[in-house]
Amino acid sequence: MVTSTGMISMEITDPATRTREAPKASAGAVGPKLRVSGLNFYYGKKQALFDVDLDVPANRITGLIGPSGCGKSTFLRTLNRMYETVQHGRAEGRLELDGENLMELDAISVRRRVGMVFQKSNPFPKSIFDNVAFGLRVNGLARRGTLHEAVERSLRRAALWDEVKDLLHASAYKLSGGQQQRLCIARALAVDPEVLLLDEPCSALDPIATAKIEELLFDLKKQCTVVLVTHNMQQAARVADVTGFFLLGRLIEFNTTEVIFKTPARRETEDYITGRFG
Amino acid sequence: MKSFVFRKKAMNILMIGLTGLCTLMTGAILFFFLGYLVSRGASSLNWAFFTKLPAPVGEIGGGMANAIVGSGKVLLLATLIGVPIGFLGGVYLNEYAGATMAFVIRYATDLLNGVPSIVIGIVVYALVVHPMGHFSTFAGGVALGIMMIPISVRSTEEFLHAVPMSLREAAIALGASKWKAIVTVIIPAAIRGIVTGTMLDFARVAGETAPLLFTALGNQFWSPGWNHETATLPFVVYTYALSAYQDWHRQAWAAGFVLLMLVLGINVTARLILSRGSYRPSGGA
Repeated sequence: MVTSTGMISMEITDPATRTREAPKASAGAVGPKLRVSGLNFYYGKKQALFDVDLDVPANRITGLIGPSGCGKSTFLRTLNRMYETVQHGRAEGRLELDGENLMELDAISVRRRVGMVFQKSNPFPKSIFDNVAFGLRVNGLARRGTLHEAVERSLRRAALWDEVKDLLHASAYKLSGGQQQRLCIARALAVDPEVLLLDEPCSALDPIATAKIEELLFDLKKQCTVVLVTHNMQQAARVADVTGFFLLGRLIEFNTTEVIFKTPARRETEDYITGRFG
Repeated sequence: MKSFVFRKKAMNILMIGLTGLCTLMTGAILFFFLGYLVSRGASSLNWAFFTKLPAPVGEIGGGMANAIVGSGKVLLLATLIGVPIGFLGGVYLNEYAGATMAFVIRYATDLLNGVPSIVIGIVVYALVVHPMGHFSTFAGGVALGIMMIPISVRSTEEFLHAVPMSLREAAIALGASKWKAIVTVIIPAAIRGIVTGTMLDFARVAGETAPLLFTALGNQFWSPGWNHETATLPFVVYTYALSAYQDWHRQAWAAGFVLLMLVLGINVTARLILSRGSYRPSGGA
């Protein structure tokens, strides 16, 4: 894994202290994990994203906020090229993953490196074990004897192991909603992605389940880069190191979470944060 | 005003009565059929029916072992021909076909499904029986196999279509290629439904008679292999019921009863499998 030299100034801090000396995200830091420049996205003739520039810092949580339909989920789906599964979806611009042009890489290898967790938990109708092992198996990473270890490690990373270790071969649907979502996170982590994209992962969960997932995200950023789309501004304020605000397909403002929530530069951001619209 | 309200109420009662009566008749007809067949057929059933060959004309007794085996062979062949084509065609239709292509395939399968079975019989007669020079189990299987294709295609498509988009996305997002997602996630999620659809398809052609008249014909004796004419249950019902002999009528009822039980059994089993849940979207708190 290429480390992002430009982010050295922001050493990983203990999640408990959570100082936010995150970079001026757009301030030309060298070698961010993901670099997006001049991204335009179209659904057929309808343009959904307009000229988005954004650098995702490595080993940080990047929060994306904005009202419904502002393009934040669409943006997320360009980062692992999931948009290609939608007919008539078309992206223009430059997307770099560790300096490599993401559009020229093989889509399958991009998705192995950039994992995704969806809004509604979507475990497969298989056992808990088989859910987690799925990514390893389809990517040919399942080695005899080590598969069980890999599954256990992923479930531990998703803070689910203790709850499911005795029912690994039970159906994933036996789990509660929050557990199912953590299972989906474990499933995504099993292939050791460099980046984890989360599309409103807590929108269907109660506050306790949400808190568990947020705690988990703090731990995750030690090992990978997290991009979190959320509807919930408090959530962004709680967990994100840097935050981007989207409105009508444009990235209005992108800065450290503290700046976005305390002293936003743009009027639109302030209006949204303070609830004057949206 | 008063008479208006009265008329409204009377009309309401009349309509409830009429629709209720028709509903009752629908159920009653089915149960009458069942009851009648049981009373005529079940009493004519005996062990010999399942184990013996038909008795020569004029003799009492005998059985239909050859027709039961013949039906089994024809249906086995039909399933081997119709189900793989229908299933894989359904997978293509739902997973790969573009909008225009899907429309064309769907339309074609609907038309094929609407082709009268006797016409399929004639075509298979011209294409298989005529060149081979004789009727055969094989030709019967081909005719029923062709009849199975359209329903198999459409039911496969329907059940695959019912698998939520979110499961496909999950598989794709984990780095599965499209065909791997189809084989490892989508088909397994839909498999109960697809099996059920196949069983209902099977039950539907099990009672087909017309295409067999031109293809498998009939036989008073055992039909060795796949290359000779064979007796089948529906064909036996048809010929025996039209005969002049009392004992043959009795046997026709028995054959009809067995056929009905077979079809009913398959139907009930299929519903049971389906009710156990094809794809069940989470429960979860």
